[in-house]
Formats: sequence, structure tokens, C-alpha cells
Amino acid sequence: MKHLISVQDLSRNDTLHILDTARELDRVTNGGSKLLPTLRGRTVVNLFYEDSTRTRLSFERAAKRLSADVVTFSAKGSSVSKGESLKDTALTLKAMGADMIVVRHPSPGAAHRLAHAGWLESSVINAGDGKHEHPTQALADALTIRAHLRPDAVDFDGLTIGIVGDVLHSRVARSNIFLLSSLGAKVVVVSPPTLLPVKIENWPCTVSYSLDATLPELDAIMMLRVQQERMNGTFFPSELEYSRAFGLNRARAASLPDHAIVLHPGPMNRGVEITAEVADGIRSVITDQVANGLKVRMAAMYLLIGGEVNVA
Amino acid sequence: MLPNSYLIVGSRAYGEQVADIRITDGIISEMGSDLEPGNLPVIQGSGLISLPALVDLHTHLREPGREDAETIASGSRAATLGGFSAVFAMANTTPVADTAGVVEQVWRIGREAGLVDVFPIGAVSVGLRGEALAELGAMAASAAKVTVFSDDGNCVSDPLLMRRALEYVKTFDGVIAQHAQDPRLTQGSQMNEGELSGILGLTGWPAVAEEAIIARDVLLASHVDSRLHICHVSTSGSVAIIRWAKEMGIRVSAEVTPHHLLLTEDLVSSFDPVYKVNPPLRSRADTLALREALADGTIDIVATDHAPHPHESKDCEWDSAAFGMLGLETALGVVVAAMAETPDWSWRTLSDRMSVAPARIGRAVNHGRPLAAGEPAHIVLVDPQRTREVVPAQLASLSGNTPYAGMTLPVSVTDVFFNGVHQVRGGALNG
Amino acid sequence: MTEPHNTAPGYPRIASRIVADPDDISRALRRLSHQVVENVKDVSNLVILGIPTRGVPLAQRLAKNIEEIEGFTVPVGSLDVTLFRDDLRLRPSKALEQTLIPSVGIDDKVVILVDDVLFSGRTIRAALDALNEYGRPAVVQLAVLVDRGHRELPIRADYVGKNLPTSLSENVSVHLSEIDSVDQVIIQPKEQSIEGTA
Repeated sequence: MKHLISVQDLSRNDTLHILDTARELDRVTNGGSKLLPTLRGRTVVNLFYEDSTRTRLSFERAAKRLSADVVTFSAKGSSVSKGESLKDTALTLKAMGADMIVVRHPSPGAAHRLAHAGWLESSVINAGDGKHEHPTQALADALTIRAHLRPDAVDFDGLTIGIVGDVLHSRVARSNIFLLSSLGAKVVVVSPPTLLPVKIENWPCTVSYSLDATLPELDAIMMLRVQQERMNGTFFPSELEYSRAFGLNRARAASLPDHAIVLHPGPMNRGVEITAEVADGIRSVITDQVANGLKVRMAAMYLLIGGEVNVA
Repeated sequence: MLPNSYLIVGSRAYGEQVADIRITDGIISEMGSDLEPGNLPVIQGSGLISLPALVDLHTHLREPGREDAETIASGSRAATLGGFSAVFAMANTTPVADTAGVVEQVWRIGREAGLVDVFPIGAVSVGLRGEALAELGAMAASAAKVTVFSDDGNCVSDPLLMRRALEYVKTFDGVIAQHAQDPRLTQGSQMNEGELSGILGLTGWPAVAEEAIIARDVLLASHVDSRLHICHVSTSGSVAIIRWAKEMGIRVSAEVTPHHLLLTEDLVSSFDPVYKVNPPLRSRADTLALREALADGTIDIVATDHAPHPHESKDCEWDSAAFGMLGLETALGVVVAAMAETPDWSWRTLSDRMSVAPARIGRAVNHGRPLAAGEPAHIVLVDPQRTREVVPAQLASLSGNTPYAGMTLPVSVTDVFFNGVHQVRGGALNG
Repeated sequence: MTEPHNTAPGYPRIASRIVADPDDISRALRRLSHQVVENVKDVSNLVILGIPTRGVPLAQRLAKNIEEIEGFTVPVGSLDVTLFRDDLRLRPSKALEQTLIPSVGIDDKVVILVDDVLFSGRTIRAALDALNEYGRPAVVQLAVLVDRGHRELPIRADYVGKNLPTSLSENVSVHLSEIDSVDQVIIQPKEQSIEGTA
């Protein structure tokens, strides 16, 4: 494995290998608090074409925990915002000798292009490419679900996981649907039809338009962020109507099974897709997701560039 | 000895009977068996197929404005190498071909290049903006004698403007070539809307955005009894609407591109923008419906939508890349490859769809003529046995954005005569 | 790997051969256990850490022997050193193995690291670094089943089951019944290009 672009490139064993490595890294570093010398002398470039402080910090911290040199290349205030092409930026990074590029970009496939267009030889981790994928977030979510619901099992057979909200525009939803189902979970997508991709019935998930009908069967529920720009009345009539039908509040959380957990990949719109009391409540594993994000990112970095880097 | 005079011996006209073709001063003077060469240079055509040279109703030559991507001269070289004698140059240049001045310039530069007849297409609306009619009459009356009008690249989405355009061109037997794409349904669209667009996270381009405009426009054409041509039909639903319209006697014609006959949307999963095109590559089922419609005549013609782009417009991420593919130099081979399995397909049918019918729709009276005595000597010889690998760097186009790089096409153009001038020999430009 | 193998000029042709059988290994470990008891004196302060993969069952056998001798159960754990290696780049990244520090910790303990083969010394250097992350032992000692020489660092073992002079063109493999279903030590010609400069 040289790149991490899409969860669909991962076999079930690849996924389990990453999750096992993340768990072991967690033990070795005592929850990520210790420094490892593993990537000493390696250069990791964070190439961020979108603002995402959370994801950028998580990748930076993961690289630093492994003693890599970290260079952050942010679109704002750099030549990128002056219209430099992705290719020219790639050639610059090549000249800098980047071993790994972590890229966040608004265009689907940008990470794939960076990895495969022949511009450079670095390993590439997709930190979110438009509406396409965000594989490390899905791995973090899988690690979180595993820790809470399947601590001793290999896979997710028998688990039912709900993903609620704007699947159409969500890279997190895409990566999670494909990753969680590949591990054996039954995935139920709950959303108004305007926020679902066409032909989602062919994806490895089932679709429901009713959150209330779905809640009692869920072992885990993942609430997706409703982006401000979708609230303009063309995808659903109003924020209020959305949250009445698809928001997770205390009453709804009460109809989940007792063991069920609540996830949110963040950042949250408290009061829209999730109320504050559920987000901060006893079922919420949202802070675990953040911690696990660090672990899976360390694992991916170690597995991709920790050893001899094979030629693609 | 007269110039532009040859004897082509042993080729099969339309892939049917072996016939020698005598060309005298740019005109086919005689066809028959065992013709005496006299002192004419003899072109050995045995094993080859002779066809009327091809006509492309939809080409982007980029001049004026984007001479880095293509010029009228380089596009003419690409066209003749592809076996064409005439190309219709789309109006979306800079400046837009929306006045007599611009279309006459394109026409004149085409004449100077002298390898094919370049017929400018005039814009329907001023600046392709879809607001006010361009000077359609003035362009028709110009030296370029424009007969085809199109805002291609943009859809004439305003139904009232479309109605007026259809009505207005009746005065000079013009035709409106519609780029059928509802702009609201395709905001930010990047690829065919279907299962794959959802998985790749690329904004979908629904078939209905094309079909709804075609349905509207055939009804408008019927209402005002005018001629409508549909550019680059790409969906099976569009085929069904056009088939219905023709049954109703509506005067509609339609084109399909070679790439929509051969390629499908699954190529997009490579995220390589060389496969980014407008309209987008569609599903396998669409491709099959298009082939069938081309064979049965529901779709009248093949047009290349040759769309050159400089390297940097494709060497980038998908969203930022330009729409479009090269087509002129590969059209014949791609169509042969795409139609190989389709019933009722022959060299005669190919000749109708790629030469006779497009010339008729574009009113290019001197092109798409039969191989017969007295007709202009626009002839292409095709070697049905010689395959050809597509190598972008070897193309005559100034751009390299061919989706067929590395692909082996089943046939090769070997010789092209334009007004009797033997300008392509052995698959290469003469001189 | 059982075929005779032609190596660099100057070396004789060599084939795989078994240099220790189950009895040899068991005897070596018993002797080694006695040395530890004798040397450490107070086994109640001892922690034994095996270096995966085969150092771990060796550590468990060592602890069992000591328990038989002294009647005291010594805490046993494992210490994966992969992330601390300085030669990671020479081979593809490998799966991490378990690190398990006994609940008594290692602060002020006598820690004995156990590995199957001592060769360049780089594994032990990495182990010392890894150990640093978990505490500050009073003493760190090293026990190995086989010392094959060719050290690249100033590191030596405190307890050696068997000294085995070898050529750099050979590999030494320790097989243990817990993992390989048989106890044996074999020497075999090295597959070229795998080990690089290690």
C-alpha cells in the first residue's frame, strides 16, 4: 500500500490491519501522548486547499508523534490562492523531497490525481476530496465503533449503523458507508431524498426516510453536518423542518437501544442535526472519534512510509 | 497533362464492387473496370475501400482566440488526415462568430489553408449569451454563406429565443443546431448522473437535462415548422424523443459523436480529465441505444465535436479541467470500432452518416456527393486491414487531448483527394 | 532454501543445517535460567520482557524455569521495538506486534530483555529506546538464545544460550514450538538482497 485515497481501495484485511496498528500505536504511545522516533528524517507535507483546522491539526500531530518533519502548505496566503495549479504545487513539493503528502482539496479525485498523474512519487493520503471520500475519518469512526461495540471481535457482523443527513454532499458518509459495510455492518442511511445520491439503492446500504422508525434498530448512529449553504431552501424547506424530521434530540435518543452510541464527525451544528444535550450526553462518543482520528492517522503514516517505500 | 488528375485502380467503392476511378482536373470523370491509365499517375487501391470524403458538422477550430489549442490551418490538417473534405466550425471562438465579419474571417482563413472547406457556423445569440438574436441574416448573406447556427457550448435555454431563432432562419433555409443542456439541471455538473457519479462524489449531469430540452425543441420546431438539428445526442431517452418526433414528421435531425458511440462513463473513475466532455460519457445502455439509432437513421449523422484543449487544461484535477476531446483524426476508426457489432451497418451506411447526410443538413452542396462521374473528387481511401495505434504526439492537432491514446483503431485512412488534389498519401500529409 | 547455495567468492557452498534440537534448546534455557537466578539474587524485583516475535515465548519459558527454581512468579511482558528501529527504511513496513508491560511497571526493576538471536545489536538498541518510554529500570540486562556475532553496535548479552559463529552469508532461524510447532535452530544460506546491510 503506497497511498490512502479511497476506502474502496482497502480490502477487509487492509482495514483491519490499519485498525490493529492504530490500537497498538495507542498502547505504545499511551494514547498518543508519547513521541516515537519512527518517521525521523521523513517529511510529511500537509497540503490544505480548504480550511479544516481540526483535520489539519490531527494530521500534524500524528506526524509529529512519529517524529516526522511536518510542513504545512495552506492554500490561503500562499501561491495556491494566487492560482498556482495543483500540478505546479506538486512539482514544488517533489523538489522539497516530500515523503508523504496529506491533501485536502475541494475537487473530487484531487488526491487520486496527485498520487497517479505522474507529477511526483510521494505517498498520498486523502484528507478529504470534495464530495468523494475522507478515508481516515471513516477509519477513526470504525475504530470508535469497534472500541465501544466490538472490543473483542474482528468485524462488525450483526451491527446496524445509521448514517443520518446529507449523504449527497458528504465525503464522510461515502467513506463510512463503504468501510463499515465492508467490515460486515448493516448500514442504514436516513435522509430526505433531496440529500441522497441517485441510485444509492445500489450501494451497500439500505435507505430510510424516517429517523423515528429507524432508531430502535440502531447500535450506532452517526449524525452528519448540515452545511449552511444547503439551507437555502432548495434541498429542504427550512432548517427547522429539517431538524424536526432528522435532528437527534433527547426524545429520539431515548428510543435508541440502551447500548447504542452517537457519533458525529464534526464540526457540529448544535441545535440543527443534533442537540447539545445529546452531543454532550452519555451515549456520545464524539470526543473518542477525535482521539481515534489521531491514532488511525499515525497508523496510516507508519504503514505507508514507515518502512521501505515501494515504487508505485 | 491536366493537374489533379489520377487513376485510382482496384478499390471497392463503398466497400462493394471493385471500380477504377478516373479523376480529371478535380472531377470524377469516369468510373468502371479496367480503365486505361493513359499518362495518368496510377494510385494502387486494391484492398482499399473508396468513399466520398467525410463531412463534419461539428468542429471546434478555436481560431480566432485560442490559437494555442488549434488554428484553422492545424484543424484543417487534422481534418484531411481524418478523411474529411469539409468541416463546420463552431461559433464559440473569441470573439464569438456572431457577426458577418467574424464568419467571413474564418471562412477566408479556411480557404487559405486550402485542405478542406471550412464552413463557419454562426452564433444564435449575441455573444452566445442566450439573450438577443445574433445577426443571422447578415451571416447567411455574407461570403461565408452561413446556413447552420448554434450557441454550442451553451444551450439556447430560453424557449422564446429558441422559437424566434427557429422562425427566423426559415427565410434562408437555415438550421438551428441546439446544444441540449438545461443549465439549471446541470449546475456544476461534472459527469453522467448515476450510481458512479454518486460514488465518485462528482456532481451529476442527469440525462433529463438533455432530454427535456430536446422534447421542448422538437415541439417548437413542429409548431413553427422549421429545421432543428440536435448536437451530440448522448442518451437513450433523447433517442426515443427524436424517434417519436421523426414519426410525427417533425423536421429534426440529430448527431452523435464517435466518443459517445464507443466510450462509457466508467472511464471517469480514473479521474483523468481526458475523459471529461460535454455532454458527459454515459452508460453502456446509452451507448448501445445510440449505435442502434445511428444504424436505423433515427440519428442522422456522426459529428466529431472535435474540441482541442491545451495540455494544462487537462493536466489538473477533474473539476478544473476543460470539457472536450479531439475527434477529427480518429473519427472514422472509432466509428468503425464502435459499430462493428451493430446489425445493419455497412460502409454504405457509414458513408451516409459521415458524409452524405451531414452535407445535406449543412447545405454543403459540393460535399457528400456520390462516387460517380461528374461529381467533385472528394475521395477518401480506407485500408480496412491496417490497424492504427493512436499516439497523441503524432496527431496533427496542436492539442493532445485524445481519449484514445494507446488504443488500436481497426482501420486507417490511407489517401485523401480534395478537389482532386492527392493531399494525403500513405496516411500522411503530402509535402 | 534447502538447496546448496553458491555465495560470494571465498565462501564454501553451504546448505541448511540444524544446529540445535529441542534438547539443546531446553538445556540452554535451563542453564541460562540458573545464571539469571544466581546473578540477580533478588528475583522478586525482576521483570522479563520478550521481544516479539520469538523473544516472547522464550521469555515465558525463562520465567517458568525461574519459578521452578525459586518458587516465585516473575512478571512477563512483551516489548515490540518496530517503531524504534533505525533500519525501518530497509524493508517494507511490518505489522506491529503487541507491547504488554506488566502491571508492576518497570521503574526501579531489574528488566531482562529476551530475544532469540543477537546479531547486529540494532534490535536491542531500539528496545532500549522503547524501554525509555515506559519507565526507568534500575538495571537492564539481555538474554538471548543464540549469539551469532557480527555486532554493529557496542552491545553484548548478559546471558547467552548458545554462541554460534556464522558467516554474513548465512541466516540463523530459531523455531519454537509455541509458534513453529517445533524447537530447533537452523543455519541456512541467506537469500540474497533480503537482508541488505543488516
